Amino acid sequence: MSIKAFIFFILAGFILLTGLLSVTEKRIFRAAIYLLFCMMGIAGLYFWMDFDFIAAVQVVVYVGGIVVLIIFSIFLTHQIGTDLEEPTRRRVNFATLAALFGFAFCFVTIREANLAGIGNNITELSVRDIGRQMLSLNEHGYILPFEVVSLLLLAAMIGCIVIAIKTPMPESGANQNLKT
Amino acid sequence: MEIKLIQILFVSTALFFIGVFGFLTRRNTITMLMAVELILNSVNINFVAFNKYLYAGSLDGVFFTLFLIAITAAEAAVAIAIIINIYRSHKSIDIEDADELKW
Repeated sequence: MSIKAFIFFILAGFILLTGLLSVTEKRIFRAAIYLLFCMMGIAGLYFWMDFDFIAAVQVVVYVGGIVVLIIFSIFLTHQIGTDLEEPTRRRVNFATLAALFGFAFCFVTIREANLAGIGNNITELSVRDIGRQMLSLNEHGYILPFEVVSLLLLAAMIGCIVIAIKTPMPESGANQNLKT
Repeated sequence: MEIKLIQILFVSTALFFIGVFGFLTRRNTITMLMAVELILNSVNINFVAFNKYLYAGSLDGVFFTLFLIAITAAEAAVAIAIIINIYRSHKSIDIEDADELKW
């Protein structure tokens, strides 16, 4: 077994283990930390596949952005030290069955598809090529999705502010009294 | 031993269904959001692996991955804004407590 295959198996085991822990852990803060390690493992998998730029973007956006955002919202909405409530036995059984059958079905289909990849290395994927093709106006350029995504990010930013802004609601107090 | 495409697809499929399992068992909205992040990441692994093994020489998988990461960031930000708003009005982020729209 070559050293590259060995590294792949270590990365795969790390990703799957931390992913599984992050969906089963009872303390929510630890679940977020396991999610962070899972994202780091996926970035390592991109490095293993020689896509350095994607790996860097993965670390910056997921590890530095989304997981930190999730941890902030945990701090805003949770009492530290309280465990999550245990899911009911029936729900765990059915979710396990659904996940196992779905996995078996998908993996059998993938095996039947017989994707004989060549697996040769890409000829020096450089950031310059990515940038040129992304902003090119020619046939294989991605300038239109690039602009659409920038609009989407602007809309999401404004939408977040509008949703999360604090508005003085006179009827919300009555609603809370009714709840409690 | 050479790593084939099928082994990478095994990892991404397993990660996808780990995310599905978490989405079905968790009742806390933040942990459900974390399960959705796992699902989206498994899709990204698929795009990159297909680009490397089946279409070496073109860059389309890279672009799809980059756009998906951007869309995921927007989705997570909006979801967390909604979660904070639910917490403000219900004092809880359990999915069973926000059942006003349930019929």
